[in-house]
Amino acid sequence: MSGIAERIGYPLLGLLLLLAVWALACWLVSIPTVVLPSPDKVLQAMVTRSDLLLGESLITLKETLFGFVLALAVGLPLAVAVANSRPLNLMFYPLLIALQSVPKVALAPIVLVWFGTGMESKLAIVWLVAFFPIIVDTVAGLRSTPRELLELADSLKATRTQIFLKVQFPAALPFVITGAKVAITLAVIGAVIGEFIGSSEGLGFLLLSATSQLNTPLAFGALFALAALGILVYLLVELAERLMAPWLPPAPERH
Amino acid sequence: MPFGVIGKVRKVFPGGEPRSAASEPVVALDDASFQFEEGELVALLGPSGCGKTTLLRIVGGLIQKTSGSVRIGGREIVRPTGDYGFVFQAPSLMPWRSVLDNVLFTMEILRRNDRAAHERARDLLHLVGLSEFLTARPHQLSGGMQQRVALCRALIHQPKLLLMDEPFGALDELTRLEMNDLLLRIRQETGASVLFVTHSVPEAVYLSDKVIVFSKRPARVVKEIAVMFAYPRQQRLRFTPAFNEAERIASEALGVLAPATDEISAR
Repeated sequence: MSGIAERIGYPLLGLLLLLAVWALACWLVSIPTVVLPSPDKVLQAMVTRSDLLLGESLITLKETLFGFVLALAVGLPLAVAVANSRPLNLMFYPLLIALQSVPKVALAPIVLVWFGTGMESKLAIVWLVAFFPIIVDTVAGLRSTPRELLELADSLKATRTQIFLKVQFPAALPFVITGAKVAITLAVIGAVIGEFIGSSEGLGFLLLSATSQLNTPLAFGALFALAALGILVYLLVELAERLMAPWLPPAPERH
Repeated sequence: MPFGVIGKVRKVFPGGEPRSAASEPVVALDDASFQFEEGELVALLGPSGCGKTTLLRIVGGLIQKTSGSVRIGGREIVRPTGDYGFVFQAPSLMPWRSVLDNVLFTMEILRRNDRAAHERARDLLHLVGLSEFLTARPHQLSGGMQQRVALCRALIHQPKLLLMDEPFGALDELTRLEMNDLLLRIRQETGASVLFVTHSVPEAVYLSDKVIVFSKRPARVVKEIAVMFAYPRQQRLRFTPAFNEAERIASEALGVLAPATDEISAR
């Protein structure tokens, strides 16, 4: 095998191997289905309850994406403000970095008190976890514009708007995308936590209710749907990256 | 009156700035004075980190001098004028722009990005041998090619003065020699005045009409050497006695060569 075949074939083979080990373990040790259902039972549950899984997935997807977009919508302009104003930077940048290491999901119960058990509380939690990597990385990017490029623009008497649009922002884009990739991964976690804590819908809720009814095959089905969803949204960000910045050199790893 | 008059320029960086490590004020330039005529190529030669770069940025209006005067074309320079070209040690191209768009960046900022600008960009890139690479991205080019793009970017608005800060310092020796000849050719075609910062004695002598030698920090002008070789110059010039003589004078002024034999015999 070579090239694409190798890059797709081998991971697929690895996955099949894991499934085989799983199935074999269930069959040989005869683990009760409630504890660990065999892969075929999970598949069966996923097929028979596909409508339910799809519906709940869409809800979780909506929470994740909307919350993420909200985090972008608030994070990017704030990052621009913090990066370009010295007082704002001195006041808030250390705070932002400190807050980034606080486990935001710990706030979930309080958020629930504020926003109730509907969509709003999920959006708020997703926003909370996705906001910080976006703003911190964007500020870092905006502040690390190569000095020579700024001097070059200065020497041509560029206006502040020109400098921002033609130099600072494009130079920061790799950082923004790195932040967005971290944010979208966290966003999925945020949505599920929100659903765990108080919700009547979504994959997190389905996972909880299936386990409490000892319907472990369905719980595993929800888990797989969640994994697929996580991969899907990450790929969406990567697609956006390819579209916006096909020139991107690998951004420095920050997390 | 000469085109460029640098008079008693002094620059002190205050200590305790967030970006500098020093807590004491640092005198980067002390009484730098020299003059040059329009169209001249002047090499500013001195040890690394001696303040030549600071002087170049002052002449470009990018930073303020502490005292003294810089007059270019009869005008005192206190801020950027918009009609100089800058080339830095690193090519500093924008990875998100093609080669052609990197060159046109200058014209976009000046709001003169018209058809004529495009034509001039293509002409310049042709002149430096990059016609085939108009749509390439900077990372696809070698270091020397990138620096040639940077040179075109600095020349496209037909600047009166080209400020070059060790532009070939990061290149390998062969590429550097090639770039020296390229710069002379371009200078001949554009007629721009050039201030060229370098710490290479042969490069300074080979390129310039005049070499200004600076001392270690704080930089003072210790010698002005007129280089009389006629243009166009060829690499063969480097192997003539007259060239060696000019190198010797510059090296002595730099202090890398003991000035006279009697000083050694006196020990």
